[in-house]
Amino acid sequence: MSAVADTHGHAHDAHGHHGGYSGIMRWITTTNHKDIGTMYLWFSFVMFSIGGLMAVMIRMELFSPGLQFFNPEFFNQLTTMHGLIMVFGAIMPVFVGFANWLIPMQIGAPDMAFARLNNWSFWLLPFAASLLVLSFFMPGGAPGVGWTMYAPLTAQMGMGMDFTIFAIHILGMSSILGSINIITTILNMRAPGMTLMKMPLFCWTWLITAYLLVAVMPVLAGAVTMTLTDRHFGTTFFNAAGGGDPVLYQHIFWFFGHPEVYIIALPGFGVISQVIPAFSRKPLFGYASMVYATSAIAILSFIVWAHHMYTVGMPVTGQLFFMYATTLIAVPTGVKVFNWVTTMWKGSLTFETPMLFACGFLFMFTLGGFTGLVLALVPVDIQLQDTYYVVAHFHYVMVAGALFAAFAGIYFWLPKWTGKMYNETLGKIHFWLTMIFFNMIFFVQHFLGLAGMPRRIPDYNLMFETWNKISSLGAFGMGLAQLLFLYIVVSCIRNGKPAAQLPWEGADSLEWTHLPTPAPYHSFETPPVVK
Amino acid sequence: MKVVAALAGLGGLALSGTAHAIAWNFQTPASRLAAEIDDLHQLVMWLIIVIFAGVFGAMFYSVYAHRKSKGHRAEQFHENTAVEIIWTVIPAIILVAIAVPVTKVVISQKDTSGADITVKVTGYQWKWGYDYLKGEGEGISFLSTLATPRAQIEGTAPKGENYLLEVDNELVVPVGKKIRILTTAADVIHSWFLPAFGVKQDAIPGFLRDTWFRADRTGTFRGQCAELCGKEHGFMPTVVRVVSAEDYTKWVAEFKQKSAKAAEDDTKTFTLQDLMQRGEKVYAANCVACHQANGRGTPPAFPPLAGSKTATGPKEGHIDTVLNGRPNTAMQPFKQLSNAELAAVITYERNSWGNKAGEVQPAEVKARRK
Repeated sequence: MSAVADTHGHAHDAHGHHGGYSGIMRWITTTNHKDIGTMYLWFSFVMFSIGGLMAVMIRMELFSPGLQFFNPEFFNQLTTMHGLIMVFGAIMPVFVGFANWLIPMQIGAPDMAFARLNNWSFWLLPFAASLLVLSFFMPGGAPGVGWTMYAPLTAQMGMGMDFTIFAIHILGMSSILGSINIITTILNMRAPGMTLMKMPLFCWTWLITAYLLVAVMPVLAGAVTMTLTDRHFGTTFFNAAGGGDPVLYQHIFWFFGHPEVYIIALPGFGVISQVIPAFSRKPLFGYASMVYATSAIAILSFIVWAHHMYTVGMPVTGQLFFMYATTLIAVPTGVKVFNWVTTMWKGSLTFETPMLFACGFLFMFTLGGFTGLVLALVPVDIQLQDTYYVVAHFHYVMVAGALFAAFAGIYFWLPKWTGKMYNETLGKIHFWLTMIFFNMIFFVQHFLGLAGMPRRIPDYNLMFETWNKISSLGAFGMGLAQLLFLYIVVSCIRNGKPAAQLPWEGADSLEWTHLPTPAPYHSFETPPVVK
Repeated sequence: MKVVAALAGLGGLALSGTAHAIAWNFQTPASRLAAEIDDLHQLVMWLIIVIFAGVFGAMFYSVYAHRKSKGHRAEQFHENTAVEIIWTVIPAIILVAIAVPVTKVVISQKDTSGADITVKVTGYQWKWGYDYLKGEGEGISFLSTLATPRAQIEGTAPKGENYLLEVDNELVVPVGKKIRILTTAADVIHSWFLPAFGVKQDAIPGFLRDTWFRADRTGTFRGQCAELCGKEHGFMPTVVRVVSAEDYTKWVAEFKQKSAKAAEDDTKTFTLQDLMQRGEKVYAANCVACHQANGRGTPPAFPPLAGSKTATGPKEGHIDTVLNGRPNTAMQPFKQLSNAELAAVITYERNSWGNKAGEVQPAEVKARRK
């Protein structure tokens, strides 16, 4: 026995605490939740840069009326790939990165439940992303069908469409495996005394998100597989000539697509629910109602999908049902916003970068929620469906919601992850630049949509020119501002000042109170005692 | 600060080039439905502004007054059941209050009964087909294609006021009459969008959907296809000309006369020169988006015509391809065009860009129609 223990001990010394390998092999073989979390975060930053570059190209073409830089086919490919890469490559993985880093530390566990599966969930992603990006180099280019990939336009695309379909299969597999891991970890590996209702809200939102993912990723896989067999194997799921229906695709897609909106948003809600109390030096207001509201949003998200399809021609009862169900979501969402504001109320507030991003999130996500209410109303949506109003709306939700929450979280936990402090002044500048340019891009798009400019067009009438110019200038600025973000993070890692054990006075979850800064390679080898 | 100033300067520069009216709200409604939608939108916007001001008034007050730097000490309250119930119930009541007027508009929006004129609208890649099915003008049928010259799009000519929002043949309807629109499509999903009437209805291949409008004033009203339908999605406007009842009757009579003349053309024999001249126009309206002005296409989806087997081979094959399209490709049927138009465009394709394959007469096209 002792011989075995000795060998083990020696192995440990020889290879440090990073497992068996060093260099690139460490990252390929790692089963450590922190290493994997780090890889998710960097992966999503790379995809964010690629998707962002495409956004800048889109805005270049839209800077002036007329066709200047790209032909319409390539423009459609850009909008399609920008959407797919940002949703599946940037926003979803960034929050999985947070989950990997934080869930074991916040519930008092040593690691994720399925460590090897965790490694595989991550390493599926680079392959899926390569398939997606490679589709540009196929004959006929990447699919130019929009990220929603509506049939039967998909039937006209070249081989790039098949690459995209396979990429989505792999991405879906990765998400499902990751979700199973998160659910198992949260349900089985909490430290003694850490009851569900004591968990930090971030763990709660991820638990609910993971269930959503397991429920809807297979639905998306089904939709794209049916597209694949329609394209190549003579099935006619979405072709009326063979007894199918193109609208069936939309029903299946949005049955995935609407919960997907919350898959993107909920982990961000979790991050914000950690950040706001910390900088208010006050406990989160209405913890229990936050948990119930999150669950309510998740459940409602399954019965509202056809509000994306008011213009396909549903019976009036269908339109009314989906309208009422959709407006109902405003209630739990309102509860969350009220809770966050009340958490700040009579706190002792300071505004470091994470708190700035959290306030920005709160302000603009609410704006996105309100335009969502406008779009939920059938008659108004009939005017606005497929116009720039919708583009503005969902970017307020996705960028001001998810991306701002991700920035808040990164600045908040960067000291815990690296043991070093970022440059606070630069962080604040990054916030203000992002905030200003973001609104420059997307606020004016509401006007374009109201005036009737359709989305996904490479060219437009002169009456839309002014807002498009402002929007494009904003996009160039927003792109540049993210280079500053990269600089802040890299310089923090390479030569940041050492962080204090508790850099944020009000932070009170286990990773701050029970673990040193920076967090050790293995989190809790013995479970902490939670009162 | 320098950066901000530079950007502001750049923005000013960019804007100074724009002398056109800036659109930033709904188009002026031209139907009761559109006006009702406008009212609903305003109602909801006011409500939103009030709530937004309330919630963020509280937040900004807190940001101002409850700062640590002002020495504010945090209170530790973290729940209050009464408050939480109130702010769950009040929003729910507001939603019910909004739902009442909205539901009324939804119901009238979906009521397509009692129409005076019914028009079937067919979406093609990338134009609209209009067939008057019922009511005055029954039997009229034509295609509506973008009329903006390629030169304006490519920037070699100045852009006009209705850039990308102008067509060769507008949908013409009488003012004050209930027009029922049936939508369908020949290839992929399109969406018929006319903002001034508050109408947007997807056109789904293989299915019929319907919507309606009643224009309350004369004039020309413009919109665009609203559902991504492939590469020329941004180039298929929907334009409706609303005229008085008398003008409409006149227009119907003129249209029927023109069609009768087109039928006469079927039996005529044209010279190669006449066919080429007319063919060039038909080509510019129907074929150029895919096959390009130089006949080289954009392969692989849109093959070249210059030197192609079809355009230089037997006439029958060429006529069949244009008439019936090629299944499972982007090439659609063009049987909506008249025999003379088809003969002209086929002749043009067979005798341009180095092709020399002889002329085709209307009678030959007529013979190949099934």
